[in-house]
Amino acid sequence: MHLMYFTEQPMAAYDAQEGLKYGATALTFSNRHFNPAEASRLYNEYLEEYVLAEESGVDGIMLNEHHNAPFCMQPRTNMFGAILAAVTKRVKIVFLGNPLPLSENPVQLSEEISMIDMISKGRVVSGFVRGGGQEQLANGVNPAFNRERFVEAHDLITKIWTEPGPFRWEGTHYQHRVVNPWAVPVQKPYPRVWIPGVLSKETVIWTAQQRYPYIALNTAIDATRTIWDTYSKAAADVGYTAGPENFGYLIRVHVQDTEEKALRNARQFMWMQGEFTGLAHPVWANPAGYFSPSGRRGFVEFAVGRARNPRGQPTFEEQVRDTMIVAGTPDQVIERLKHLIEQTRPGIMGLWGNDGTVPREDRRRCIELLGKEVMPALREHGAKLGLKDPWEANAPVHLRYSTDIPTLRAAAE
Amino acid sequence: MSVAWTDTTHQIAGGKLHLSRAGSGRPLLILHHDIGTADRLPFYDTLAGSYDVLVPHHPGWGKSERLAWMRHPRDIAAVHAWLLSELGLAGVTLVGLGFGGWIAAEMASQAPSAYRKLVLVGPMGIKPPEGFIYDQAIVSYIDYPADGFHDKAAFARVYGDVTTDQLEQWDLCREMVFRTAWKPYMYSQALPHLLGGVRSPALVVWGDDDKHVPISAAAVWQQALPGAKLETMAACGHYVDMEKPDELARLVTNFVNAN
Repeated sequence: MHLMYFTEQPMAAYDAQEGLKYGATALTFSNRHFNPAEASRLYNEYLEEYVLAEESGVDGIMLNEHHNAPFCMQPRTNMFGAILAAVTKRVKIVFLGNPLPLSENPVQLSEEISMIDMISKGRVVSGFVRGGGQEQLANGVNPAFNRERFVEAHDLITKIWTEPGPFRWEGTHYQHRVVNPWAVPVQKPYPRVWIPGVLSKETVIWTAQQRYPYIALNTAIDATRTIWDTYSKAAADVGYTAGPENFGYLIRVHVQDTEEKALRNARQFMWMQGEFTGLAHPVWANPAGYFSPSGRRGFVEFAVGRARNPRGQPTFEEQVRDTMIVAGTPDQVIERLKHLIEQTRPGIMGLWGNDGTVPREDRRRCIELLGKEVMPALREHGAKLGLKDPWEANAPVHLRYSTDIPTLRAAAE
Repeated sequence: MSVAWTDTTHQIAGGKLHLSRAGSGRPLLILHHDIGTADRLPFYDTLAGSYDVLVPHHPGWGKSERLAWMRHPRDIAAVHAWLLSELGLAGVTLVGLGFGGWIAAEMASQAPSAYRKLVLVGPMGIKPPEGFIYDQAIVSYIDYPADGFHDKAAFARVYGDVTTDQLEQWDLCREMVFRTAWKPYMYSQALPHLLGGVRSPALVVWGDDDKHVPISAAAVWQQALPGAKLETMAACGHYVDMEKPDELARLVTNFVNAN
């Protein structure tokens, strides 16, 4: 089992009242509330905490990016990835992920990821995402072509990583005269690609068709199982049997020496009014053309206030009850997570440890307890249940490298 | 006055284009807004009393099929020009409403002598020197069209209690706007330079309370289109055709009938 530490890197050092007063904490919430001196302090603290996570024994550090919002301080996931490549020695650097459609130049993106893979001596997991709706707006990228750009940028990058240049790329959304970057990954055929997501069925199916692991982001147990079912069916359709190595699960976990302190800090998972990506107008999260056409009706009703969020908006208590937030002492947390693991059988797990304004000392203690007590117990439990991660399972990096699919083998011969 | 409309479908540029047509006389091609159009509107009915009125749905809007490759209003302009050619119509007057005004201007810039007259009502398509064209990407499906009316009662008169079907339609329209006019948003940097050759007399109409396209753009249109007349509609928003249908029909009729 591969166990990662994750934090959104919250920029919590602003007056929360201002967000409430404005009615939104994303996209258009003014950056005059952003304090660079405080952010400088936080960046350095978060960096130290990643180093502590490695020292405490985590297998990977999961990184992401978001824009125009206090809930995440990383507008460029590769920046922290590059730093971690230099300051850590062992942990996997897991991008979940680079938002491909936001890139106007996927060739340069491939160069950045390749550099980080080389500097880290092959420790990169190169996750890719579509990027949330408001990320498209923050970056001026057309939401109507999001999925097409995602697939085309992926195809271009993986071609760069598997075929020698120079070659020319004349795609629908990307055109490049001479693709020939003198920077390619050290991992062959290319770094493992994992795809995180929340809801979109199309993405789950596409991911299964590539044989990339799908990482469910803090979904409830039932929703997670539905995702696995969708994935498994799509996997069977292309000729392989999905296993734990294909499934990852990110869950919010806060651990402290006392339950009381853990629960108090865990409430900080709700600091963005219960929205992962800040309090936002629903239209920003789902600009026209971004979401699946099948979800159009639900989202337009939500957008004008006639329907509940199709993604749901459970309270803190509901999330604790449904194991979407796990908090307590190491023993309590281990027990809850063992149950969760038995129910969902992932080979990859991300533990989202800290959010909001959890004090620095508590953040560090949480990381230590996660790395030294919680993760070893989960690893052992996972081994007992036969939950192998992609390395343990020696899973192919992409479907095309499968050795267990007769038709692919025949085509290769 | 009851008007007999005929709906037909035309195979244009790889997709089915929907057309409503009524009346007789000089041909008038009405190009609808970015939010699509109702099948029938008082403004259309009034004009059909005097003219051969054609109201196509833009490809991807309403009942017309989406053309996946379409990337710019000038693509839509070419589709409508193709439609007129297929119908064997010449000397057509173009009446462009908002986003449709941009399409009409693209049509005229591509065929400077082809159209009899041009009526552009609060047209998008040119960057306003002051203010910005209203960004629908960050407002809700009801707020956007509602803000296009000076009088909220006029919005209610046209749309009533907005149905979920209507919301879905607006989302589809919005997606088409993104597919064709995302960046730069709702204007062309080339268009002002291409209108100088247009020989069709032009009338530009603007609601004095147009929150979608700042009226500052009117001067640029007048500069770009030789001899264009400007009429301002008092106490009126962006959707002049829906908020002041009779007044706009009168302006159009006087302009079209003049020699």
